[in-house]
Parts: sequence; C-alpha cells; structure tokens
Amino acid sequence: MNVNVQDKLFLDRFKVDEVSHLRIIDNKKCIKECKDQACLYLCPANVYRVEKDYIAVNYEGCLECGSCRIGCAKLNIEWRFPKGGYGVSHKFG
Amino acid sequence: MKEIFDVAIVGAGPAGISAAYVLAGAGKKVIVLERGEHPGSKSVSGGVLYGHDLARIIPDYFDKGCPIERNIVESRIWYLSKEAGLSLGYRDRIFDSERRYNAFTISRSKFDRWYADQARRKGALIVPSTVVTDLLRNGNGAVTGVVTQREDGEVRARVTLLADGINSPLAARAGFRPEPKPEQVALAVKEVINLPPEVINERFAISEGEGITIEILGKVTEGMDGVAFIYTNHSSISLGIGGNLADFATLKLKPYELIENFKQHPMVAPLISGGKSMEYIAHWLAEGGYDAVPKLCGDGYLIVGDSAMLFNTLHREGNNLAMASGKMAAEAILEAFKSGDFSENGLGGYRERLDASFVMQDLKKYRRLGSFLYNRKEVFTQLPELVSFGAREIITVNGVTKKAKERVILDKIRQVMSIPGLIRLMWQAWRATR
Repeated sequence: MNVNVQDKLFLDRFKVDEVSHLRIIDNKKCIKECKDQACLYLCPANVYRVEKDYIAVNYEGCLECGSCRIGCAKLNIEWRFPKGGYGVSHKFG
Repeated sequence: MKEIFDVAIVGAGPAGISAAYVLAGAGKKVIVLERGEHPGSKSVSGGVLYGHDLARIIPDYFDKGCPIERNIVESRIWYLSKEAGLSLGYRDRIFDSERRYNAFTISRSKFDRWYADQARRKGALIVPSTVVTDLLRNGNGAVTGVVTQREDGEVRARVTLLADGINSPLAARAGFRPEPKPEQVALAVKEVINLPPEVINERFAISEGEGITIEILGKVTEGMDGVAFIYTNHSSISLGIGGNLADFATLKLKPYELIENFKQHPMVAPLISGGKSMEYIAHWLAEGGYDAVPKLCGDGYLIVGDSAMLFNTLHREGNNLAMASGKMAAEAILEAFKSGDFSENGLGGYRERLDASFVMQDLKKYRRLGSFLYNRKEVFTQLPELVSFGAREIITVNGVTKKAKERVILDKIRQVMSIPGLIRLMWQAWRATR
C-alpha cells in the first residue's frame, strides 16, 4: 500500500524551529557503509529520504520518538530534543 | 537561578507530577521542568488510565475535575488473522458501580495539564518550554541540579528526579541508563479518529459515558512482535499499533503503512467508518521488562516511570506504574530530608518500596515474556491463521461430520507446525507469564 505520510502529519500541530534538532554525523557513511538504511523504514514521519548522494533530513515533521537514534545501525544520527516549546504539540495525545 | 530548590523534577508527566504533588503537599520547594509548551503537549499513551494509583495520590480526583473521556465497562481481546479474527470480551456492571473508574480513557494533552495544575495548587513550580540538557554534579559526582537550555539555565536542587520518559537522551548521557537497544522498545503509532458520541455508543453497544477497550494481537503487526489497540474516548476513538523496533528494521515495515493496513482490517474498518483522523503521533513502549530496569537511585538523584523502563506490556500498565513510582520516590525523598542524607543510601527507601510493591513484583513475574514474544514469531504469523481456520471450520455447517472437521483442523496444524511443537509453544507462553 502506498500511504502518504504527509497527509497524516498535516493533522498535527508543529512549531518549527529554524535549526534542525537532528543531524547526520557523517553522510558518507550512510551511502557507502550502511546497507540497511533502517532510518528510511522505521521513522514514523518519514523524516529521512534518499537524495542523489546523501540522506536528506526533513526534521520539520519529526514526531520525537527517538527511533532513528537507536535504530541507526551506524549510530550516525545526532539527536536532540527540539528547543523548549518547539516541535510537535499534541492536541489530544 | 540562584535559589536552591529542594527537588528538581525533569518532566511533567504522570511520574513527575505525582512526585511533585506529594512533595509540594509536604511543604517542599519543588520545580518541574517540562520541554513541551504545556504539560501533556509531548505526552503519548494508548490512553487508558487505571484509577487506583491516582486515587492514592488525589482521592477525590473526580470532584477535582479530572478530565475523563469514558469509564471502561468492557475489555476485549482480539486475535486477528489477515482477514478474520477471534474476539473475547468481558463486560461487568460492577465497573459502572462499586468499581467505577477502575480504568478510564483520557486525552494525555488534557489529563497531564490538569494533573500538573493540581501540583501547582499544592505549591509546585511548573516551568514549561524548557529542555533539560544536562545535570549538575559536585566534586564527588553527586547530582546537585540540572542544566536547562535557557540563559542562566542552571537549577540547583538537593535532589533531582528524572521523570522525562522512555526517550531520554539525558539518562543515557548521565550514565543512569544505557540507550535502549532496538529490541528493548516497541515503536507505536496512534491516530485519534473523531466520531459523534452517539455513533460510538451504537457501534460499541454502550451508553453515554461508558467505554470499551480492545487489545489486539495477531497478523496485524505483519510478522512483528507487536500489539494494536482500539479505545473509545468521548467523541473519538484512539487507535494504535506498534511493533518491536528491531523487527521494524529487519522486516522493512513503515509505521504509517502498518497503521493504514490495520485500519482496513475487516474487524476494524466498520468501527471507524466515517470518522476523521485528527492526530497522528508516535511513541516508544518499554519492552525490556524487569531486566531493563536501571539502577533506580544514586547520590542526589532518582529515576521514575518510563525513564526507569517501568512498563507492563501484557496489562498495558504504564501511567499507573509511573504514578506509583513517583509517589514512592517522593516518600523516599521526604525520608531523606528527615535524615539529611541525600546519598544513594539515604534515598534507598525508594528502591525498597518499589521492590516490595506490585510494580516490581509484576515486572518480575513477566520477565520472560518479552523474549518469548520476540523469539516466537509464530504467535504473530501462523498461529492466528490456524486459530481462524479452526474457528471457521467448526462454525461452518456443511454436512461434514464434526470428527472429520477435527481431522481437517489437525491436518492443517501439522502442515504448519508439529503437534509437540504447538504444545511446546503453549508451554513456553505459560512459563513466560509465571
């Protein structure tokens, strides 16, 4: 099934910071050394997408679960919480 | 901040607020730091709360305006194959009378906000929009407060309580708890689907204010060790599904596809038909059980709730364990203030209380369950299909004798797994919960 996660993320309220709270430490590692690229599958917000020779980080829709941080086989993601009050804000929770 | 607080609490969820309420009520100077714009704005749970541990902290929570969605009068369990499923339910009027609010559904965004307000009224200082990035320590390594992202953001306190939830880079950085391994957490996604209250009442055969819960196992997690759930709120349905994070990676499943497939299952689709999704959120569940619980306190600090991996997967108990542990931590902290000893030893009353309580006793009882489910994937693949096959054969009346039907079912089981294999599986399942 082809599901557009954007449609789901549109339901949520985000206060987006100008600076990303997620950073790939060494992009070469993702392309050259990481076979599985688990970040492309397990992220519930599809934050990570393959571009030509790197993985783009669309931090704006991050749901702050932390899965990419511990699921990355190379532990190649620097992960912080968004600045206080920023990021996703649950209406219902 | 120049002043020294008695207790600094990281996180305004059920664990942190329970502690704050008890401590502030006893006259302690308490500060609670919350990274969301208000308490609850970052919180996620399935949405069922057991009333018992809340009542031990605020006995008259209902009169104090606790935002309750629906009182749970029926609990169902579903075991689903791809296109069908077995349902088992228990409804009892006692849950509408003497045992009212044994369990009820909540919106965490509303509940956590209300709960934090109760602690504020007791005198706790709740500071939202503030991320704690590090801990302060003295020369001996004892924790003496926290560092926040704000300017001049150091907060000094005699005791620091970590109640920041399962996703805690802080606990990992401080060395209090290693980062969870992927197989120690489940990743769950949840949608809240709006429906008029009358429609919910009709579809679930309940009256105004009554609610039901459905816990779901089987093929819906597409081979992963995982669970799904459907809970009724006042005018919405909480629907979620999750699986072991390691399984997500191995099977290359996408969480948003998983939940979309789940919504289309023939037993699920009619319940949410016509509803409009209003939110999509994600969170971890602690799957590590008893063996993943870290050291619970040290010099100047304690760790409670989800931060301490206190979660009972089988009984979906998390919020109440958070509340119970928060209360016990607060009681131990009050003892420490009496003795003036804030060392690991002085705070040790927390560990003793927790060990003696249902929290650790239950986690110990189920300590083998996590690895059983993770290693016996048949529970999520062949077994639900076999159960559906058997039920379908027994229920169909078509002139075939019952004896012949039994043979067909046994043959079908043998095609998939040996009979001793099936017995072994049952035995292991039983052992895992003993």
